[in-house]
Amino acid sequence: MTPPSFSPTGIRFENIDKRYGGLYALRRVSLEIAAGECVVFAGRNGSGKTTLLRIGARLARPSAGSVSFVNSRAEKVETLLPAGFVAHATMVYDELTAEENLLLFARLQGIAEPAERAAKLLREVGLEERRKSLVRTFSRGMRQRVAIARALLNEPAMILLDEPSTGLDPQGVSWLAETARGLRDSGRTILMSLHGESEISNLATRAIQLDGGSVVADTRTGADFRSILAFANA
Amino acid sequence: MALLPNTAVLLGKELRTEFRSRELLTTTVVFILTIVVLFSFTFDPSVSESRRFGPGLLWLAFLFAASLMLQPGFLREQNNDTLSALRLSVSDPFAIFLAKLIANAIFLLVTEMLLLPIFAVLYNVHIVAVFPQLVLVFFLGSVGVAIPGTAFSAISAQARMRELMLPVLLLPLLTPVLIASTEATAALLAEKPELRLDWLGFLAGFDVVFLTALWLFGEYLLEE
Repeated sequence: MTPPSFSPTGIRFENIDKRYGGLYALRRVSLEIAAGECVVFAGRNGSGKTTLLRIGARLARPSAGSVSFVNSRAEKVETLLPAGFVAHATMVYDELTAEENLLLFARLQGIAEPAERAAKLLREVGLEERRKSLVRTFSRGMRQRVAIARALLNEPAMILLDEPSTGLDPQGVSWLAETARGLRDSGRTILMSLHGESEISNLATRAIQLDGGSVVADTRTGADFRSILAFANA
Repeated sequence: MALLPNTAVLLGKELRTEFRSRELLTTTVVFILTIVVLFSFTFDPSVSESRRFGPGLLWLAFLFAASLMLQPGFLREQNNDTLSALRLSVSDPFAIFLAKLIANAIFLLVTEMLLLPIFAVLYNVHIVAVFPQLVLVFFLGSVGVAIPGTAFSAISAQARMRELMLPVLLLPLLTPVLIASTEATAALLAEKPELRLDWLGFLAGFDVVFLTALWLFGEYLLEE
């Protein structure tokens, strides 16, 4: 087995507040997610899942509190590599081909041998034959495959999945679950927000429920985990 | 220093997507052509009237066309949230602005160069002898429009009334560029053509000041 090319990285949220005007999207959220954990965030719409993930990805800045990254010994580390982020929006260009999209982001990230990396990822997500096709000609599932490939370009130690299965058909969800399983088993830290229990949420080793921007439950998998997902969708 | 390589990669993307869709160029060329042709037939200006009013009309048309062209710059990045992917990928967010403003300036300049011969024929003005000087004025003017235009495009893309927001913010700010560009163009189209260095200096100064401001504060315009 080849050793991972990334350093296992966890994330620590300390007293995070996020306000939009007078509205609190997150209120005093403190969490420590260890390297290699697979965490599912559950909650109603507007509970703060997406905001928390975007803060974790460093796409949004908290109004108060701090975010830091930790190694496998829970020591703070400086990481320059961004986390892989996959959301409902594909974050790729419809007017470019699958290959052009991956080459664009690989070059921006300064990846050595971008063409080889893009070709390898397109093979892994099963789009090698359609690599020269414009993304706008792809189905929703194929677009999400390109999105996953883009997120994995820099071999991130942490993957953030924000409702990635929205709009996917059952085969697409199964493929995504299998991919997420592979990422989890490779030792990557996974934070995901999902609605309801699914093949993907069943991969989680920890479930956290948010409500009104605060953490209201935090548990390891098991009966509690299922009740969190059930409650979140009640 | 990843700024320049990142800018080059992003500029390549901007040019490729535009020349594939031809969305911006087609809209603006048709818009300016309509204005120039309409005014030519409506007023049927004499040579002296063309020299007096032509440059103002031309730059007014360029300005309105620019506001059409600049709007989609950041708006298109929101369709699939590609702006987030760019922010995660570049080490210096200024590269995103730099690539977009260079692309906007190129598109505007291409539009101007396509329309200039038509303007010369319809308004009976001679441009051949002063063509290089006109290109210089158009270049500085276009960059002057593109820099604040790109910045305000980023702001308005996140606003609720975005179609209204960009012209409201942009047009008053661009009045000095419009005046300087019009005066410099008018001096070149006069009976005794002259390259007005004072107006060129003003345009260059405007470009430098706004580019510096964008470099210093641009990052905040992309924040959520």
